[in-house]
Amino acid sequence: MSATEKKEPILSVKNVKKHFQVGGKKILKAVDGISFDIYPGETLGLVGESGCGKSTVGRTLIRLYNATSGEVSFKGKNVHELKGKELKQLNRSMQMIFQDPYASLNPRMKVMDIIAEGIDIHGLNGKKREDRVIELLETVGLNKSHATRFPHEFSGGQRQRIGIARALAVEPDFIIADEPISALDVSVQAQVVNLMKKLQRERGLTYLFIAHDLSMVKYISDRVGVMYLGNLVELADSDEMYDNPLHPYTQALLSAVPIADPSLKNERERVILKGDVPSPIDPPSGCKFRTRCPQAMDICASTIPEWKEIKEKHFVACHLYN
Amino acid sequence: MSKILDVRDLHVSFHTYSGEVKAVRGVSFDVEKGQTLAIVGESGCGKSVTSQAIMKLILTPPGEYKHGEVLYNGKDLVKMSEKEMEQIRGKEIAMIFQDPMTSLNPTMTVGKQIVEGIIKHQKLSKAEAKEKAIEMLKLVGIPSPESRFTQYPHQFSGGMRQRAMIAIALSCNPNVLIADEPTTALDVTIQAQIMDLMKDLQARLGTSIILITHDLGVVAETADRVVVMYAGKVVESGTINEIFAEPRHPYTWGLMNSMPKLNQDRSEELSPIPGAPPDLLAPPKGCAFAARCKYAMKICQEVDPELTEHSKDHRVACWLEHPMAEAYRKEVVEGRESV
Repeated sequence: MSATEKKEPILSVKNVKKHFQVGGKKILKAVDGISFDIYPGETLGLVGESGCGKSTVGRTLIRLYNATSGEVSFKGKNVHELKGKELKQLNRSMQMIFQDPYASLNPRMKVMDIIAEGIDIHGLNGKKREDRVIELLETVGLNKSHATRFPHEFSGGQRQRIGIARALAVEPDFIIADEPISALDVSVQAQVVNLMKKLQRERGLTYLFIAHDLSMVKYISDRVGVMYLGNLVELADSDEMYDNPLHPYTQALLSAVPIADPSLKNERERVILKGDVPSPIDPPSGCKFRTRCPQAMDICASTIPEWKEIKEKHFVACHLYN
Repeated sequence: MSKILDVRDLHVSFHTYSGEVKAVRGVSFDVEKGQTLAIVGESGCGKSVTSQAIMKLILTPPGEYKHGEVLYNGKDLVKMSEKEMEQIRGKEIAMIFQDPMTSLNPTMTVGKQIVEGIIKHQKLSKAEAKEKAIEMLKLVGIPSPESRFTQYPHQFSGGMRQRAMIAIALSCNPNVLIADEPTTALDVTIQAQIMDLMKDLQARLGTSIILITHDLGVVAETADRVVVMYAGKVVESGTINEIFAEPRHPYTWGLMNSMPKLNQDRSEELSPIPGAPPDLLAPPKGCAFAARCKYAMKICQEVDPELTEHSKDHRVACWLEHPMAEAYRKEVVEGRESV
């Protein structure tokens, strides 16, 4: 979306770190200095393997975690310094949709109360509470009769719709979707993704879409960031990222995606990574990817690669491009 | 090619408080020696129950084998006693499960879990079994197998645990390996490693594999033949090229259309399958997919279509296949292609 690039970012992340203390003095650097901007109306996809810190990024942005250092500014205000009224306002304009539709809804509350919780807290009683909830249910493709039921009466896809309705209830501008479709069946995934895109068109929402399914991320995102062990390694427009991946990790990740077309089976060149992701408690020196990188050089062990704009709007952190 | 496993008209039900859940309602397929058969379908379609039924892992009651047979080298496994099954399980037919976190015993070392099966089925001494187990760990690509042998599952990563599971499953050289969503819990890069490992081992050991998955991408890259299941029945089966190049059942079309292609235009909407699968407590009278099918005809609501042969390997259960529906089918297919 070229038009949005000229606007001011809605959210700006500068060198954010989130460290956890684990087992005495050990420090787990879940997010270790990442910076990016999100522009109004766009979808930024965030991908990476489990344990790379992508969910921690989402949770730090919305202040479920306090950042260890760095700055998150949302509409010009530092998220981690807000208090009182302003904090309440932030909680309204930034919402989150969670991965597990089974664990993220209170089993003892009716759908009506789950969705209306935010409306009550923020005192948004312009319309009758019930009418508002019904309107939201219809927006996400459910109906009136669902309002008086409990979460266990719904399927995974329906629960995820309830989660979306809950997020929309306070009329946010920015939604963090943390693996919203990973727990769903393929046919239902498409239903939820279509719904999210429709809502974006109608309400001008901005999304941070965290996922590990690369084909879905490409489909939904305008730009995509790839994370590895707490750092962003590459960030670009999604077509550019998939057509012309620069970082060896991105290349490996893309080549590992199975393609549902048997005729391409033998034509594709695959980069299969060896081994597992190293422990974030004791990450490799220099470039953290070097232990699995097929193109690692001497410099990779000693120096941390710089985060650079190689082409217009295409950022990468790799010594191959220095 | 000879059939190693032949499932014929299998029906499995579960008796629950709310009634009989007909989880598998007449499933037939066969597995040829050295080949990979993929079973695909959404959650609740009966693919895992089918695989557990082959291994006779279904607890009866509440489960019940209502009808049908599972022929392994001509012998019917359904009729076998538990004692006879013990000789089959692990030795002739082995299984790896979806969740490597919960399917290993957390209180036993990984080595002991591999040795267990080897001692039971191969009558080796403890020392010989240990040697064999270390060899298996090496085979599945676990570095420093000697020290890994004495470690516990929690000391392994997800990918490593799945490798250990494969080592256990293959330690007795089974003829058939049932892999129930072996890579669903893993990251794509690890998934690629595990699928490669399975293909490599298949080529070396000649194992037949039944791969149960919902990921059509994984199917396209590994399987020889595909069975598509819906609501406890087979709706389409065929070779991999037939299913991917010329799918004939509207449900198979739906599955393929719901996934974005890597070159999909972002302004185009995905076409999901509307609605949800039927409740198998009371399966619908006609075709189970009719309620979600764009092309459903009157007869689809009334009578369940039989699995009919389209070509030698390609079978489809859909009324569109009926000679009387030929003109309508043509219209449907043309409409589908023009979109």
